[in-house]
Amino acid sequence: MSSWVKNLIVGIVIVAVLYVVNAMLSSSGFFGLGVDDYQGRLLAFIAINIILATSLNLINGFTGQFSIGHAGFMAVGAYSSAYFTVNYGKALESSFAFMGEIGAASVVLLIAIVIGALVAALAGLIVGIPSLRLKGDYLAIVTLGFAEIIRIVILNIDAVGGATGYQVPGYANFLWIGIFAVITVVVIHNIVKSDTGRALISIREDELAAEAMGVNTTRYKVTSFVIGSAFAGIAGVLFAHYNKFLSTNDFQFIRSFEIIIMIVIGGMGSMTGAILGAIVVTLLPEILRQLPGIQIGDSVFQVADLRLVIFALILILTMILRPQGILGTREFGLSWLKRPRKDSEGDEGDATDKGVPIAQQSEAKKMQSEEDKK
Amino acid sequence: MDTFVQQLINGLTIGSIYALIALGYTMVYGILRLINFAHGDIYMVGAYAGFILATSLGFASDPSAFGFVVTLVGAMAIAAAIGMAIERFAYRPVRKFSKMTTLITAIGMSLLIEYLFVFFFSGTPRSFPQLLPNDNITLFGNATISTSQILIFVVSILLMVLLQYIIYKTKIGKAMRAVSFNINSAKLMGINTDFVIAFTFALGSALAAAGGVLTAQYNPKIEPLMGIITGLKAFVAAVLGGIGNIPGAVLGGLLIGAAETLVVGYGSYIGIPSTYRDAVAFAILILVLLLRPAGLLGSNVQEKV
Repeated sequence: MSSWVKNLIVGIVIVAVLYVVNAMLSSSGFFGLGVDDYQGRLLAFIAINIILATSLNLINGFTGQFSIGHAGFMAVGAYSSAYFTVNYGKALESSFAFMGEIGAASVVLLIAIVIGALVAALAGLIVGIPSLRLKGDYLAIVTLGFAEIIRIVILNIDAVGGATGYQVPGYANFLWIGIFAVITVVVIHNIVKSDTGRALISIREDELAAEAMGVNTTRYKVTSFVIGSAFAGIAGVLFAHYNKFLSTNDFQFIRSFEIIIMIVIGGMGSMTGAILGAIVVTLLPEILRQLPGIQIGDSVFQVADLRLVIFALILILTMILRPQGILGTREFGLSWLKRPRKDSEGDEGDATDKGVPIAQQSEAKKMQSEEDKK
Repeated sequence: MDTFVQQLINGLTIGSIYALIALGYTMVYGILRLINFAHGDIYMVGAYAGFILATSLGFASDPSAFGFVVTLVGAMAIAAAIGMAIERFAYRPVRKFSKMTTLITAIGMSLLIEYLFVFFFSGTPRSFPQLLPNDNITLFGNATISTSQILIFVVSILLMVLLQYIIYKTKIGKAMRAVSFNINSAKLMGINTDFVIAFTFALGSALAAAGGVLTAQYNPKIEPLMGIITGLKAFVAAVLGGIGNIPGAVLGGLLIGAAETLVVGYGSYIGIPSTYRDAVAFAILILVLLLRPAGLLGSNVQEKV
């Protein structure tokens, strides 16, 4: 079976599964198997967060550029596309009326997504070109600053609601959000596995060495930043048209931090890690919200009131006990089923020792461990 | 002219507070290369510690200079202890790990402090008692300066002089400078680096708490999330001046404070509405970093290959 047929089948299966899940989320349910709106919203937010986490992982995890302003690009995508759908959505819908109600709404959403992605990519380019000259903490601060400036500028544009918030038509449903989450994961996975991805990883490992090997580091860093921003924009579009309401409070720097937390908890530089992190960070506060109260004397102590405190504690403890995140840089998959058992142990050591004469390996390891101590 | 002087006085008042907080950011960064995101919350903790001291010791109903000093020093001591505890239990275990890990730990610590305070004191703002009489003194024309502003200037200058003395004239200050220069060499020279780092956190936290109590005298509304934006701006001030550089932090704080109030006062003349107040700090920061990546007073460190 040629590979594109295989991919096509996989694609159809994924869309079919998402379609079924989407049908289950409707209030009538799917053959009576519906889940309630609350769980439906959670699923949609998980998928949106997966888009955000995997796209930020491209910048932070694979390219090693410390960006903490992802929510800014999400806001750009959300507001630019919302402005489009609010003002032109109805007109477009009627001109595509021949495709039926759902078809017309989908066309409008797809156009909105293209607009959101392009505007966010443009914002990424404008922010990225000057700031990516900086390194490490300074880059982090500048991206944070840009994200805050973007938010405050949007707050002052009356055409998109300003401080009162912005009503947006609800074109997105879980089916579209899920499809774009899958597209994001596949595209970023393919980028990471491509020549470009190798160049990005070489920049993460050692920027000077990468440059010496002929990698145009500036170009690749900006490329990765722009692609990441475009996907953040898509997440913003989906968020806007799913939530049906936008407020600049949704894009404060705490939102950017949340995305960072997802990729760090999951494991930096791991695709599946980012996905896992997105799921954990979205679900954890909700699970903690449902903690039962404790009866103390006559009064009931609501443990759920402490949910954000517990969340913060879990975050700190994860960092202390498992600093590389749940998965580290490894990927979670089914490959361990195929692999003989003994391979799984010495995996990491083999990878770093490749190409180093055996006599020098222990020396290199010693230097590595000293490096780590610093 | 009068309004300009007035704006400048107000700006420098806020700027002094930013400077006090920025000092903590810059000292910790200088030693650990860690952006201590929880530092802004220590400023809030200081304000609350002062609030509790002032109300429980009865200074609120009977204001006096003695009450103010006790409140200020007490709040500084409590914050210093909390700062040391944070360093010991959250930052020390992750110190050897990657930057991302320490940053997330700091963010987690910040969230922890904020939501613990929301839980115990509720999110509603409280009114900090006025411990010293607050009068307006007319300088010239219509420009006035309030006694609480004078208090902020005097106390922050005193604390900065004291800090300068500690860092350049005492043994522990010398150790701090050695550790920030090269932590491993300092350790080899017999310096107890763990103690020096803990001391740095105590010092920085005490300064931030002083900032919290002083702000509360000027603007009595305190709430558990008050440290987020102020902390962020103080951090921007530290980077602006050149992070790790102590005079730089003071300069950065004063600049950001002055720029902010001037934009509110005069921005509308050049097309910047006053609602951009919070964006000013970041805009200045980005401009400065792009033109002079090490900050205004920071020295450019060459990367070794």
